Amino acid sequence: MNLTLKIWRQKDAQSKGKMVDYKVTEISEHMSFLEMMDVLNEQLINSGEEPVAFDHDCREGICGMCSMFINGEAHGPDRGVTTCQLHMRMFKDGDTITIEPFRAKAFPVLKDLVVDRGAFDRIQHAGGYISVNTSGNTQDANAIPISKHAADEAMDAATCIGCGACVASCKNSSAMLFVGAKVSQYALLPQGQVEAVDRVKNMVAQMDLEGFGNCTNTGACEVECPKGISLENIARMNREFLAANIKG
Amino acid sequence: MSVLDSKVPKGPLKTKWTDYKNHIDLVNPANKRNIDVIVVGTGLAGGSAAATLAELGYNVKTFCYQDSPRRAHSIAAQGGINAAKNYQGDGDSTYRLFYDTIKGGDYRSREANVYRLAEVSANIIDQCVAQGVPFARDYGGLLDNRSFGGVLVSRTFYAKGQTGQQLLLGAYSAMNRQIARGKITPFNRHEMLDVVKVDGKARGIIARNLVTGEIERHSAHAVVIASGGYGNVYFLSTNAMGSNATAAWKIHKKGAFFANPCYTQIHPTCIPRSGDYQSKLTLMSESLRNDGRIWVPKNIEDVKAIREGKKKPTDLSEDERDYYLERRYPAFGNLVPRDVASRAAKERCDAGYGVNATGEAVYLDFASAIERYGKEQAKIHNIQNPSKQKVYDLGKAIVEAKYGNLFQMYEKIVDQDPYKTPMMIYPAVHYTMGGVWVDYNLMTTVDGLYCIGEANFSDHGANRLGASALMQGLADGYFVLPYTIGDYLSHEIRTGKIPTNTPEFDAAEKEVKDKIDFFVNNNGKHSVDYYHKKLGNIMWEKCGMSRNAEGLKEAMAEIKALREDFYKNVSVPGNANELNAELEKAGRVADFLELGELFAKDALVREESCGGHFREESVELDGEQKGEAKRNDKEFAFVSAWEYKGEPGEAVLHKEELEFNEIELKQRSYK
Repeated sequence: MNLTLKIWRQKDAQSKGKMVDYKVTEISEHMSFLEMMDVLNEQLINSGEEPVAFDHDCREGICGMCSMFINGEAHGPDRGVTTCQLHMRMFKDGDTITIEPFRAKAFPVLKDLVVDRGAFDRIQHAGGYISVNTSGNTQDANAIPISKHAADEAMDAATCIGCGACVASCKNSSAMLFVGAKVSQYALLPQGQVEAVDRVKNMVAQMDLEGFGNCTNTGACEVECPKGISLENIARMNREFLAANIKG
Repeated sequence: MSVLDSKVPKGPLKTKWTDYKNHIDLVNPANKRNIDVIVVGTGLAGGSAAATLAELGYNVKTFCYQDSPRRAHSIAAQGGINAAKNYQGDGDSTYRLFYDTIKGGDYRSREANVYRLAEVSANIIDQCVAQGVPFARDYGGLLDNRSFGGVLVSRTFYAKGQTGQQLLLGAYSAMNRQIARGKITPFNRHEMLDVVKVDGKARGIIARNLVTGEIERHSAHAVVIASGGYGNVYFLSTNAMGSNATAAWKIHKKGAFFANPCYTQIHPTCIPRSGDYQSKLTLMSESLRNDGRIWVPKNIEDVKAIREGKKKPTDLSEDERDYYLERRYPAFGNLVPRDVASRAAKERCDAGYGVNATGEAVYLDFASAIERYGKEQAKIHNIQNPSKQKVYDLGKAIVEAKYGNLFQMYEKIVDQDPYKTPMMIYPAVHYTMGGVWVDYNLMTTVDGLYCIGEANFSDHGANRLGASALMQGLADGYFVLPYTIGDYLSHEIRTGKIPTNTPEFDAAEKEVKDKIDFFVNNNGKHSVDYYHKKLGNIMWEKCGMSRNAEGLKEAMAEIKALREDFYKNVSVPGNANELNAELEKAGRVADFLELGELFAKDALVREESCGGHFREESVELDGEQKGEAKRNDKEFAFVSAWEYKGEPGEAVLHKEELEFNEIELKQRSYK
């Protein structure tokens, strides 16, 4: 198929960006979206132009590095996938595809489609851990039974890949789904409950400091999340936060 | 005498590690505050090492090329992590895990290292549970296990099909705790481009800030390389696009010996390639082989009909199918080790039985597992005479719970529903057992320079067993390196801060800058990928699943010629002082173009078949094992450690003889 691409080009964080049109031809429906971008870049290099910078790494939907906003949706039109797992069979010959970076105040653009998601890391530094030494001198792994239900729910929350699609999809650029998932994972496990009060307070404080917006329950984040992280996690974080503030 | 000293402690195997720990020198907490350690790579090995070293009190700097440590490619490991917990009571023990690992590695690993790995394995699970890793559990609330290829017990712990992700996020959380305390300074989007040696000791690195292009100097009392394997030398592999050998190769060029580069694992269950544009291959976890049965049609007519779309695989009756692993290896069946399964798939496809258009695919079928689980569930739920559909629905739910994310991933990529039609799979490059040579302390042949995880060579011999990579990465990082490096650093307490304004740093920085300037000013005509794909093709054709002397000699000459062409004609757009992905790739491919040649040379020297290294000249000629790989213990029971001498083809071989005191060397048989 032949396609027209409208791509955000921006030299660096300081420069102003703009949309630029490109044409690609003979794109196979079996290609992934990023393989289509590879074709474009090879074309640009061979004609002496600068290739489009975009983040990507594992290309199997788990590292969370790829981050494009395609036709107005984080990771494009398919559901439950990252951009690297989006395949060209989702498009038609002759389509025009708009490709932008994830946009949020807390995610400044570094170049073209590459953004800085360091804010997510800093939220994790604020409390995304259990304070246990890595000496290995802990109790036996089976010493505390955990119900299968709780373990499965914690796992569902823990599958977040930290890509930032939730933030990019939210009209308020809220990071509540991301933070809610981490808070939930620990809140659901006995190991995480010891520090629950401080954790939720510190992570929420850092989230606000980074300039993420608040949640107004539109649910866009849940729809666009490639890993299907549920809104329940936001509700659970709100409960944890309220409880933490009552407990002091 | 060999220049290699493995420094394996004396004494009985079972007490070596304990005795060693009791007798090493320690650093007192006040002195640890004055000691700096650099860790390059933040996957399971690097992340866990950084967290533990920081926790002990050292000042740690971590480096990764990704935008966050959480994205290292350990995250993509699916199936699980082994540990000799014996929770299932099926006869597992430290000794058995040790034995399985040595045997699985085809008797080409070091006994003492492997025993230590098995010994600390159980602790890893305790540690990870304490960190909040949500492992799968049974209805009684205890940890669940599954079995994996090449073994007869269930010792693999897992978190759905995302075990690597959960373990990495555990290590990342431990790092975060230390970052918050100021004990780890993370340098993300940074790439190490050289190591700096002062008076023979590793004293720092030169790194490039991948956003600004700035070249930075960082000093430390010890440097730890945890940068993963070199599978991307094949261009197509299951590694991440950015996975590279640059850190490991740069230290090799500065004096660290490189061991067994020809030991590569070609994983049997990957999604077959679909076209020339393909950028990477996707693994389907080996755990699928627990429930999936591998087959091709028995009759070549059916193969043709399937390729032409006239027949579907589900049209074939049981006796029209060749379950070739079950046929050839009745004892282990679909659970033979990876190298055996891969070669068997290649054998069938080479014989013309491949089931897709490229002729390079076999089926992985879940129909009988769905039926088996369905019947079991019907019994549990007391459903009398369930309909076929009911059995299917019940069974599908179980398979979905076990492998749901893998099935979904397959469907997204291939556009076929694996619950209804068998998956198509084919082997792909997945892991490299070879790597930087290290002694028992995980130190390379350069003082103060350590190498851990997949980047080193030490524990998997010539073939790695499933679910052992995660085990080794975390064992090295959490439980081994923090002790062994302390012994070295105890002699550094009087050294003081290492200055970076010295001639050694000047020289290393100049070398790095010159190379970068060369690339951005080289007005060539081909992209970096053009060369990477060509290299990958040579590697796959001549250094792939089966190798012979003639092909390997050709590979060496072709890679050398390709490298010369690369330096003349490669084109790198953009500038040095900006985010420039092509420049990053150019440096990595330049290193692969050297490593590939040494790889072929190593494969040429090893005139035996062992593990993932299969030499066509070395097969069993008769008897029950006819046609199977033939190892040669008399001449080749050694580690090949290569010393760099200016050109990869001129590297000098040093042999570390492998001694087996606990285990009798046997022909591996999975029949």
